[in-house]
Amino acid sequence: MTTPPPDVPEQASRHDPVYDQLSAAPEFHELRKRYRGFVLPATAAFLVWYLLYVLMSNYAGDFMNTKVIGNINVALVFGLLQFVTTFGLAFLYARYSESKLDPLARQLNDEYVKQHGTHSPRRHHEGGSA
Amino acid sequence: MDDQVLTTILFLAVVALTVGITFWASRQTSGTNDFYAGGRSFSPVQNGLAIGGDYMSAASFLGISGAIALSGYDGFLYSIGFLVAWLVALLLVAEMLRNSGRYTMADQLAFRMRQRPVRMAAATSTVVVSIFYLLAQMVGAGALVALLLGVDDQAVKNIVIFGVGALMIFYVTVGGMKGTTWVQIVKAILLMTGSALIVVLVLAKFDFNLSELLGAAASSSGQGSAFLEPGLKYGVSATSKIDFISLGLALVLGTAGLPHILIRFYTVPTSRDARKSVLWAIGLIGVFYLFTLVLGFGAAALLDIPGLRESGELDASGNLAAPLLAESVGGGAGSTGGAILLALIAAVAFATILAVVAGLTLTSSASVAHDIYNSVMKNGTATEEQEIKVTRFAAAGIGLVSILLAIPAQSLNIAFLVALAFAVAASANLPTIIYNMFWRRFNTRGALWSIYGGLISAVGLVIFSPVVSGKGEDPTGKNLSLLPTSIDISWFPLENPGIVSIPLGFFFGWLGTVTSREPAAEDRYTELEVRALTGAGAEQAVQH
Repeated sequence: MTTPPPDVPEQASRHDPVYDQLSAAPEFHELRKRYRGFVLPATAAFLVWYLLYVLMSNYAGDFMNTKVIGNINVALVFGLLQFVTTFGLAFLYARYSESKLDPLARQLNDEYVKQHGTHSPRRHHEGGSA
Repeated sequence: MDDQVLTTILFLAVVALTVGITFWASRQTSGTNDFYAGGRSFSPVQNGLAIGGDYMSAASFLGISGAIALSGYDGFLYSIGFLVAWLVALLLVAEMLRNSGRYTMADQLAFRMRQRPVRMAAATSTVVVSIFYLLAQMVGAGALVALLLGVDDQAVKNIVIFGVGALMIFYVTVGGMKGTTWVQIVKAILLMTGSALIVVLVLAKFDFNLSELLGAAASSSGQGSAFLEPGLKYGVSATSKIDFISLGLALVLGTAGLPHILIRFYTVPTSRDARKSVLWAIGLIGVFYLFTLVLGFGAAALLDIPGLRESGELDASGNLAAPLLAESVGGGAGSTGGAILLALIAAVAFATILAVVAGLTLTSSASVAHDIYNSVMKNGTATEEQEIKVTRFAAAGIGLVSILLAIPAQSLNIAFLVALAFAVAASANLPTIIYNMFWRRFNTRGALWSIYGGLISAVGLVIFSPVVSGKGEDPTGKNLSLLPTSIDISWFPLENPGIVSIPLGFFFGWLGTVTSREPAAEDRYTELEVRALTGAGAEQAVQH
């Protein structure tokens, strides 16, 4: 049973040096590089793809209204493709983080636990507790 | 009359079920970790369902299918925006927030800012966003129940609004996060099952041929193939096209800034579970929005929408298209099958509303108690018991405020109210969260300016938009704006402020940061970054 006390440091003043250590570790640099290397381009890509859809709906009527099969037009296919890309990107991110991010994160967290015990850090605060 | 008895019984069954869950959950709850975060012990599947239950609101179910039934393809933008938005939450927010916060959105800002002002700001925007969202749900509940009981009596609608308000106070004060989560899980299952049933019945009428369904919708709408093409609603002028872009931006950027969604990430044991729960939620929500496409076009194809509009059975929001569609595929008005399906779908919609109001009330009252009462007023010295007690009072206060605001707000379109909540969340909350996680230099003034700047721009622009005044009357003489037609204070041409207010939120956050002489708390940012990415020192699940 862990019931942490209310969480109120007045900010910035107290700092646990273990974080500086972890932050300087090459594994952490690699983790941050891999994380940002995936999510920043991926975010840019899906936002551009989504905005392209919004803009084409507005300004490319002729193309969007082209019939593909029966009453199904390009606009509908484009809209459904947004679903496909969303599912696809979510799946890719899940796979990527399981193979590339989680092992490094676990390793760093183990290091933290080794130095700190299993409990989450108690940020000391003045007065009252639970 | 028999139909109404059936409807009433199903509604009461939904209420009884949620009340039972709440009492059961209250016996499993002790302490703030349980009360605010459900002990952080929900599984990813449970939390994924609960996220779906929290997110798929009356505006999604009734609003989107209504929008598609009336405006055809243009209503589909809501479905797409509401879904794609989850990628922002998945890639940039969910895991990092789980690792760095405890109970509220403000926690991760307070990590490295002067916490009293930032908690005050974050709590303010949490309450504002939640109240807009709450109003939408309560107005929807009033309209729904009045229609189903066949009474268009203002007093009945007011009683329903009052009843929903009383229930939401009850869920939160008694059940806390555990009760709220289970209500949302049950609702998600009911909503998915109920809408899947209607979708199958609709598709069966067209031999499971989507093209045939679309063709029937186009011809029955009276608009021909234009009904299946973009632009019917938003393509009429250059301004309305910009409004479409503005709405699109607010939808895609708002989700990851909605406080009631953010706190759901705290209810699982680890950040990996937070990620998995978002994946489940994306699957669930994606399938649901595909359903709305069939429900909307199905309503257009199988109901006489122009006739229903003329007779006034369907108002300009189209909110009742889905329940009417259920009645139609069940055998039509007057048939037993029709009555059963209508009552069933209405009860599902009612469960949807109850689950969403529970989540919103919990989020906003937790923020009042945890951020304003404990941190700002008591300087962190309140005990868990005191904090929970204040949460209960705050829930009662927020419930009462929502009831009082919802009664005059009944003329507002519920999809509009939700879109406004998204615009505020995208303008005030998202810039702050993103800067906080990714920008080492970001500081207290930057956080305050992005929250207040985004909040004031979004709400301010709406006040001076055609939504509030200056839109005039429709051909039947119904006032299209909120204020009487004699008052016109509008100068901002767009109905959704996102395209202006979201960049302003980011701009103010940047400007506040670079003009502040406060040095950034570098060492705390280092700690935040390590903790967010590795989970080192993150809050642990409660072991029972």
